[in-house]
Amino acid sequence: MSGQTLYDKIWDAHIAHEAEDGTCLLYIDRHLVHEVTSAQAFEGLRMTGRKVRAPEKTIAVPDHNVPTTLDRADPTTMTPESRIQVEALDTNAKEFGVHYYPVSDVRQGIVHIVGPENGWTLPGMTVVCGDSHTATHGAFGSLAHGIGTSEVEHVLATQTLIQKKSKNMKVEITGKLKPGVTAKDITLAVIGATGTGGGTGYVIEYCGQAIRDLTMEGRMTVCNMAIEGGARAGLIAPDQTTYDYVKGRAHAPKGAQWDTALTWWKTLYSDDDAHWDKVVTLKGEEIEPVVTWGTSPEDVLPITGVVPAPESFEGGKVDAARRSIEYMGLEVGQKLSDIEIDTVFIGSCTNGRIEDLRAAAEILKGKKIKDGIRAMVVPGSGLVRAQAEEEGIADVFKEAGFEWRMAGCSMCLAMNPDQLSEGERCASTSNRNFEGRQGYKGRTHLVSPAMAAAAAVTGKLTDVRELM
Amino acid sequence: MEKFQKLTGIAAPMPLVNIDTDMIIPKVFLKSIKRTGFGKNLFDEMRFNRDGTEIEDFVLNKTQYREAEILVAGDNFGCGSSREHAPWAIADFGIKSIISTSFADIFYNNCFKNGILPIIFPQEVVDVLMKDAEKGSNARMIVDLESQTVTTSDGEVFNFEVDAFKKHCLLEGLDDIGLSLEKVSSIEGFEEKIAQDRPWV
Repeated sequence: MSGQTLYDKIWDAHIAHEAEDGTCLLYIDRHLVHEVTSAQAFEGLRMTGRKVRAPEKTIAVPDHNVPTTLDRADPTTMTPESRIQVEALDTNAKEFGVHYYPVSDVRQGIVHIVGPENGWTLPGMTVVCGDSHTATHGAFGSLAHGIGTSEVEHVLATQTLIQKKSKNMKVEITGKLKPGVTAKDITLAVIGATGTGGGTGYVIEYCGQAIRDLTMEGRMTVCNMAIEGGARAGLIAPDQTTYDYVKGRAHAPKGAQWDTALTWWKTLYSDDDAHWDKVVTLKGEEIEPVVTWGTSPEDVLPITGVVPAPESFEGGKVDAARRSIEYMGLEVGQKLSDIEIDTVFIGSCTNGRIEDLRAAAEILKGKKIKDGIRAMVVPGSGLVRAQAEEEGIADVFKEAGFEWRMAGCSMCLAMNPDQLSEGERCASTSNRNFEGRQGYKGRTHLVSPAMAAAAAVTGKLTDVRELM
Repeated sequence: MEKFQKLTGIAAPMPLVNIDTDMIIPKVFLKSIKRTGFGKNLFDEMRFNRDGTEIEDFVLNKTQYREAEILVAGDNFGCGSSREHAPWAIADFGIKSIISTSFADIFYNNCFKNGILPIIFPQEVVDVLMKDAEKGSNARMIVDLESQTVTTSDGEVFNFEVDAFKKHCLLEGLDDIGLSLEKVSSIEGFEEKIAQDRPWV
């Protein structure tokens, strides 16, 4: 018998029931909840007289709708519909007795930043949330994926999820990254190589020296976008970097329980003779700082590239590329570094952590953003915001001309007032460049925080290495 | 959930690849706390101008496809967000089955929870079905879950695969929470075990 992958091991440790056809009830250790995809699920419980099975394993926080302006304590800063959704979460959290971080709590923030930050996310766990970027938590060596609202209701009622096992895919990034290349460039480069459907049906394990060298923040950025590559989950085996991050956090185990946990966590890796259904290898030293040019996260090229011709693609992608280039208002053959932008957004569950803000601030130190550019930093949580203020990073942003906002999802999906206007073009550290994602007819170029900072300074997409 | 009946209906062609959940239902419509009423905003930015008038050449605005119950779509349909508002909007519009070469995982699962049958075929079959869909409202496609077949308006029959449990739930319109709660003793047993083995959880 061949060995097991990390995914196999976590899967086996969470089977509460297995039917003859392999359909399992997978036990869920942590259920994260936000306001947009949960109201209908709680309402379903109410209508059927069901309770939340494990409220102590359920953590709720509003993030998608909340304003990020300093005056947001005033409820009139929210549209009536947004307010109804946030208030519904307030009520549901109270009524069903789940852990809750309301907007007024300094720990409030994007659900995928709040979970790890407070020690809810731990190695070897199963983590779900009604949000596709739940893959983020895989950075801890936990099996984490997004679910729909019906599944949210299923988890609330049963603390399990009906699942069949996915296939195993290994994505190895060998060697060392060059200066100016970050975790965001890794994850975008992988999607560029495999396509947005390349991971469909798989759980990805990221490994290799370049992954090992990343901090936890960087690993979260990599796993966060596994979903953009089609994989429901992406994970990274825990190691000393993981344990050091977790230790001492509010809900992490302590004392003798820490020792027991650590003993188990150290068994969580893929065996040398494990079976992989698909393997992709990229050389770390060949990855360049990248940007997206189109309206799919697979539309990735090095910043030194040019807008590609639609005819250079195959099949249905030819028409899709033509549509993208028209939507994005670009010319075939145009240098990516000549594309002028008018907005910069730094934040999101992909790049809203302290290290992301440090990387951007490093580029901005002593510089001003170009006249006419609207630039915004939205820390991923209140705690990230507080830390950045303590480290003096907030001042760097403010002196450069950035708006320094409160925590939330903000312009990543533009459900709150932070949106692009028609035709506006944004260098964004978020995760999706879909049509209309950041606002009706808005145009998004996905980049790393350092590249976003560089674009703010020059007013166009820029190779960050020129400013280093 | 309603039982999935044998379906004879108009199929609308949407050959674009990577149709994402933001296209299916833009986020401005996610603010409802209900499961219904999303159909009028299905494909909103592709279907309507800013002033609310229809974009004529969008497939579901064409006379022959207004009553479509089947979509034949390009690769990787439903990629992006986990929002169940996407299948809610599709079902509310009246579409009961979607055919493509592949679907994003979360979207695929969400469909089954809402009485929608997503069907995966190889490219060459999707090409045939796309051609059939292009014939318009005089052509009726048949989707039969029981026999796992799709029949073109010319009578050509294609077999598809579907998970047996998902098929059963869709055919019978079953509430899977109720089914899972029948196994509550297994869940309790598992909880007792992890309370011993992994008390920090």
